[in-house]
Amino acid sequence: MQADMSIAIGRVISRGGHHGLRLLAGLLIIVGIGAVVVLLLRAARRRRRRPPADRSPQPQPPPPTVPQPQPQPQAQTQPTVPRVSGPRPDGETISIRSLSKHYGAKVAVDELTFDVLPGRVTGFLGPNGAGKSTTMRVIMGLDAPTAGTATVNGRRYCDLSWPLHEVGALLEARAIHPGRSAHAHLWMLAQTNDIPRRRVDEVLGLVGLSDVAHQRAGQFSLGMGQRLGIAAALLGDPGVLLFDEPVNGLDTDGIRWVRQLLRELADEGRTVLVSSHLMNEMAMTADHVVVIARGRLVADLPTSDFTAQYTCSAVRVRSRHLDRLVPVLTAAGASTRPAADGAVTVSGLDPEEVGELACRESIALSELSPQTATLEEAFVESTESALEFRGSRPLAGAAPGSALSDREPSQ
Amino acid sequence: MTSAATLTTSRRGHYGLRGIVASEWTKLRSVRSTVWTLLITVVAGIGISALITSATASRWADRSSADQASFDPTRSSLAGLLFAQLAVGVLAVLVVSAEYSTGTIRATLAAVPRRPLVLVAKVVVFGALVLVTGELTSFAAFAIGQRVLSGHTPTASLSDPDVVRAVVSGGLYLTALGLLGLGLAAIVRHTAAAISIFVGVLFILPVITAVLPSSLADDVSRFLPAAIGTVMISAHRHDANAFGPWPSFALLAGYAAAALVAGGILLTRRDA
Repeated sequence: MQADMSIAIGRVISRGGHHGLRLLAGLLIIVGIGAVVVLLLRAARRRRRRPPADRSPQPQPPPPTVPQPQPQPQAQTQPTVPRVSGPRPDGETISIRSLSKHYGAKVAVDELTFDVLPGRVTGFLGPNGAGKSTTMRVIMGLDAPTAGTATVNGRRYCDLSWPLHEVGALLEARAIHPGRSAHAHLWMLAQTNDIPRRRVDEVLGLVGLSDVAHQRAGQFSLGMGQRLGIAAALLGDPGVLLFDEPVNGLDTDGIRWVRQLLRELADEGRTVLVSSHLMNEMAMTADHVVVIARGRLVADLPTSDFTAQYTCSAVRVRSRHLDRLVPVLTAAGASTRPAADGAVTVSGLDPEEVGELACRESIALSELSPQTATLEEAFVESTESALEFRGSRPLAGAAPGSALSDREPSQ
Repeated sequence: MTSAATLTTSRRGHYGLRGIVASEWTKLRSVRSTVWTLLITVVAGIGISALITSATASRWADRSSADQASFDPTRSSLAGLLFAQLAVGVLAVLVVSAEYSTGTIRATLAAVPRRPLVLVAKVVVFGALVLVTGELTSFAAFAIGQRVLSGHTPTASLSDPDVVRAVVSGGLYLTALGLLGLGLAAIVRHTAAAISIFVGVLFILPVITAVLPSSLADDVSRFLPAAIGTVMISAHRHDANAFGPWPSFALLAGYAAAALVAGGILLTRRDA
């Protein structure tokens, strides 16, 4: 009886179902424990690795001042990162020649030609959708041009032998795997171009991300993502730098820090191209501006010239006898444009001259005011007149932009 | 300064595959999805094999004698791999598509403008990782499956003819299939689309084929990756219509190569 029972039990157990399930459960537990142990070990190793990483690989103690999470402008004036010293004599430039890029029927960039020279910050301006980002992507070899060329130091991007050492770019904020740490992101880029690991720590320090270097980047704010992008651009210590809207998402301190950084990079003799759709922002930073609208060049000139060209150049005049006054002003070499409220905008003469002409003709003026347009207005005017020139509006004004587009790049 | 000096010396030569492979390895290591998908591969591969063999062992007496005669203990113990392949496919797709969904691809291609090198490095790193994982899973599933079967059904041993080939093929199958997934992802670039196609090829094509007239179905089904997998992990020959194990593997490797070449060409031609 007992023997029968044990045989029956034995058969139930050995029927296999339970056996297999037990085995599976055991296996799952083992694998689970193993995974937890591995993750813990990795975390522990990471924690241990961090402090000595600052010391060990450096034989000399040129301690790059560990920048604060919120880098102050004055902190940036210190030599935080060893860079190639002095201006680069060989004039590394970006050169755009008759560049066009079409996406299907849409023309993003249209016969664009300009140069970006070293040693100065070049602002790349245009309204949203003007083709700035596209141009930068073509420079970086990411998009193939439909026609024309974009070269860096005389070579196409895809022909560079150490691209990260020659060109650094911030093209979009937060273009990073959210599960990857800032350190891993930079390190995987560094490895492709034989950049030593300590350089990764250096640039993380420079942009103030040392403290969060091993956190998942998915937790980063937009500003931190932007800083990480800037760190990636600086990784190879390149002589040519492209920044697409670098101040987006940054707070006031961050914006000031970026301006300072751009200035320093240019002062070190690097070629710096910064895009923005905000003219005022560029006026603070850029030495030179390249303005485009609808993919076409509007202006390519020093920022001061741009400012002079488009600001303070007009006088608002109001009078009951405009019909007599306008021919007089035109005869004196001015161009006039009726303003919406019945006044006339005069350009080519300063307020004094307009006043004297009116006096000589005994015309009473009811308003005579210099038009001190802001840079922002100047920028809007320049791009709008470029659009007018292309026939999108019936009233073609003086279209100063069109005249500018024929200009040779100054210098 | 020190860093300037080192950076300058490294400027000689040209960026190369070694650094890019190291970079791809860093990428793979630094995201959690790699750990999870590989863990699922191992657990599903071994666990489902254990379940299937234990079910077989418990119902052995119910089988017809013809069924018993054709029983392939090797295949039974490796059947879990045909589920583990899903996890391998997901990882394969993510290796490429995550770069596009996150925008990392722009940084990658800016660092390595010669784009085919990126794909080659991905193939090397992902292929090696999956080959090692796949072989470990395959051998473990075989060993555990035979333990479960022993005493209830005939069992296989590595010294039996064709058994080592079948067990080794388990890892090879997962690797080749994974590379096919990698190629698909390079072609379509979207995670969901690539995984859908991958699953469709594996699980839906066989269903569609089954509806075809039987003469046609036999001709077509032996070309399907699912049928290839079954042939590769079997020690016995079950289906007279199917290709042999090595021709099957060559076919699958051919699919993977074709997908990768197409993906590589598109990667070079398209704007990133």
